[in-house]
Amino acid sequence: MGYVAIKGGGRAIQGADAALDALRTREGEQGTPLSLDTIENQLRLLTSRVISEGGLYHPRLAALAIKQMQGDTLEAAFALRAYRSTKPRLLQTPVQNTANMRLIRRISSAFKDIPGGQMLGPTPDYALRLMRMDLADESPEAFRSMAQRFLDDVPASDLPDSFPKVVDALRAEGLLPALENTTQEAFDITREPLVFPVPRSAALATMARAETGSLLAIAYSNMRGYGDVHPTIAELRVGYLPVMLPHPVTGEPVEAGEVLMTECEVVAMYENEDGSGTPTFTLGYGACFGHNEVKAISMAILDRALQKGMRDGPGNPSEDPEFVLLHVDGVDSMGFASHYKMPHYVTFQSDMDRLRTTQQKQAQSEPSTPGDCA
Amino acid sequence: MNPLYTLPVDEPAYSFGFLDEYAKREVRRSILKAICIPGYQTPYASREMPMGRGFGTGGLQLTLALIGPGDTLKVIDQGADDSVNAVNLRHFVELTCPGVDTSEHTAEASLIQSRHRIPERPLEPSQVLVLQVPYPDPLVIVEASESRRKVMHGEGDYSRLLTKLYEDIVQFDEITIAHRYPTRINGHYVIDPSPIPRFDISKLHQSRALTLLGAGREKKIYAVPPYTNAAPLVFDDVPFRVEDFTDDDGHRRPCGRCASRESFLDEIIDDSGTRHWQCSDSDYCNEHLAQADTGERP
Repeated sequence: MGYVAIKGGGRAIQGADAALDALRTREGEQGTPLSLDTIENQLRLLTSRVISEGGLYHPRLAALAIKQMQGDTLEAAFALRAYRSTKPRLLQTPVQNTANMRLIRRISSAFKDIPGGQMLGPTPDYALRLMRMDLADESPEAFRSMAQRFLDDVPASDLPDSFPKVVDALRAEGLLPALENTTQEAFDITREPLVFPVPRSAALATMARAETGSLLAIAYSNMRGYGDVHPTIAELRVGYLPVMLPHPVTGEPVEAGEVLMTECEVVAMYENEDGSGTPTFTLGYGACFGHNEVKAISMAILDRALQKGMRDGPGNPSEDPEFVLLHVDGVDSMGFASHYKMPHYVTFQSDMDRLRTTQQKQAQSEPSTPGDCA
Repeated sequence: MNPLYTLPVDEPAYSFGFLDEYAKREVRRSILKAICIPGYQTPYASREMPMGRGFGTGGLQLTLALIGPGDTLKVIDQGADDSVNAVNLRHFVELTCPGVDTSEHTAEASLIQSRHRIPERPLEPSQVLVLQVPYPDPLVIVEASESRRKVMHGEGDYSRLLTKLYEDIVQFDEITIAHRYPTRINGHYVIDPSPIPRFDISKLHQSRALTLLGAGREKKIYAVPPYTNAAPLVFDDVPFRVEDFTDDDGHRRPCGRCASRESFLDEIIDDSGTRHWQCSDSDYCNEHLAQADTGERP
């Protein structure tokens, strides 16, 4: 018998690559390769999800990753993260003020009238989820004129630059605790491992690049009863945040560009934090790259739950920093789930040895049944 | 994003060793700490690698931080150089580390990255063995919280682990841990030696080579320095038992290919349903076969 075990690994991998590409291009002559512009614009929420979970604001590379990974969000975010590993950290951004965001959408479910007004913006929240058959065979002409017509109806002067923040109004009324200036430097999860207990900034950074579905599942457990945050959305905003960096020569902050992001602040039931003073509402904060509302809301709820758990000890999984923060990363969890597909011949051999030995021992200790001569 | 921005299609190849230099320096510092405190799980900011978490990213970061031109690397998975994952990792190092040689021969390698096995041939002081680790903490089977496990390690409190072994004996008359057998290093820290079989545990004890263990997903590095004690956790009256390869007549099964009776064997079932046994370490098997052909005893 020849050496059968696992020969030919290299050729098998090449074959797998070729098969993947064959499936990507199987439309043949009728097919049109996806352009990165098409992905970035027409699949903008997919791109949003990938830059957010990849932890790298690079919509162009995200579009490429989506194309290369054939639409798999976990794999695409993973490719962005791996690309990030090759880049040194050159600078730490100073604190950015999200009140300066150029908004495309902002709502509050706490107040009917908020300073600056509600702005529904691009959302499918109230759309009927009926299949739009007209999109199935869309004509390029109609497609191209759509955005132009939309903007024609809006005078440029009607587009305000920024809006005041709802939580500032709540603070002014004494319903939320006053902001404390912290001198603590933000925890950089890309340069430091999480060794528990971790500061809140480490939790926020971990959740900001967490996998959307994982965050949602744990936040939902809190909403349903494994927890008691009972949030109200003070404000949810989506827009472009100007990124201010110190000028290399003068040191003055200058706008280096802008990033699309989603921010959510939830207000939760009131507490009297230290037993003295006036009780106030509590706040949960969520923010991430891209347009990902469910993620930002889930993160805000979990931030609130984790703050409670960090103070009083966890009463349920969503309040346990170790449980939440070590299980929400898509790259980690997806990688480990996939690794079970690799060969485990040696460990399984070892497992069989234990089982057989245990079975033998049991068979020896049991008196044989009469008539059983096998 | 600026619509005029186009991706560089001719971007120069990745830097030597893929990781940026700061990352490699950080890994090297963590390695030094791990060697200074044998068996201690040193936390480090593990980077994402371009292969899945769980596919050896921890081991790979150690390899990339240590390797330089002039080194010879051997990569094995399940004992074999030609396993898909070993091929993939070796190819990646060849791609990102120009000037590095690779070899399938244990004796030729200065650096050996392995998953699930320690080579049969005893290692030399000039060699470094890197093991890929899925679960760095042996206490995880008795305690889910990492912060509580950290305290238990610090206090050398392995009572719950010993209780688990005792309960095994009560229930099954046998310790049921098959691989990843808890092993005490230098008389203090108990490590998860990675999913090597129990057969390989003795190779860690007083090994002449440095053994480094890297867990990428769990962000830990730990070490068994050369000439260090490594003892599996057992009771005085219950001997440690390695995988049993004796046949029904009580003889040690030989490898069906090279006839060695000393190596860890893979059990293979062929198309007719017959079971065969073969060395798991492919380089050992080839060498043993070559020596048998020339009439030499290994």
